[in-house]
Amino acid sequence: METLEVIKEDRVLDCSGMLCPMPIVNTTKAMKELQPGQILKMVSTDAGSPPDIEAWSRQTGNELLLSTTEGNAFVFFLKKS
Amino acid sequence: MSKSNPSAPKRLALISSKGTLDWAYPPFILASAAGAMGWEVGVFFTFYGLTLLKPELTAAVSPLGNPAMPMKMPFGPEAFQNINWSMPNLLMANVPGFEGVATSLMKQTFKNKGVATIEELRDVCLDLDVRLIGCQMTMDVFGFSKEDFIPQAEIGGAATFLEFAADADVQLFI
Repeated sequence: METLEVIKEDRVLDCSGMLCPMPIVNTTKAMKELQPGQILKMVSTDAGSPPDIEAWSRQTGNELLLSTTEGNAFVFFLKKS
Repeated sequence: MSKSNPSAPKRLALISSKGTLDWAYPPFILASAAGAMGWEVGVFFTFYGLTLLKPELTAAVSPLGNPAMPMKMPFGPEAFQNINWSMPNLLMANVPGFEGVATSLMKQTFKNKGVATIEELRDVCLDLDVRLIGCQMTMDVFGFSKEDFIPQAEIGGAATFLEFAADADVQLFI
């Protein structure tokens, strides 16, 4: 198997168990504490998170590097603009 | 029509006109989500929505005359919790304390599912600089003064809302 590109996060935010709008609210708070270029890994179990994080990324300009799953959780890598 | 300042962030203007627990959620959810996306947000509280500006929130819910509202039991096995209990209006209207029971069942179900409380969402809104504006005219009608509300609440009239809403990208009446 080809080696996948590894994204190294600077911070992990676990929003498991939370429902809309708390995952994006807490993502916004966590992003404020990062420097431009740093990467946040956000974990959520809310099935609404994949489309919501995409919209949040477009609206805030913070790039969504990867949207994936780990077990039952949704995982997002977001780069601070 | 173009906005008066094209470089300004996106803006959401909401009118919150209902004070029950179920109708308290939409304005605070939308306002906090928009705030999290960096939008400017203003919520204008009028009529029964005014009670959502009080320091102690007492929002309740009534299934009476609200036939689409499912009643959920927040305990027991999942299959039991997923049942929609339909309650005849005649029963609800005649059982004392039914609204209190319905309110605690809804609060517990929301909590179990991981939904933030109205208090938490309002705090999030304040953290995100959402403007919460009480309608002066309905305050006069219902006998509220500014001191009855949280200190962050602003007071305004129809012109205040309209000026804010005129430059908004999204305006909703809830």
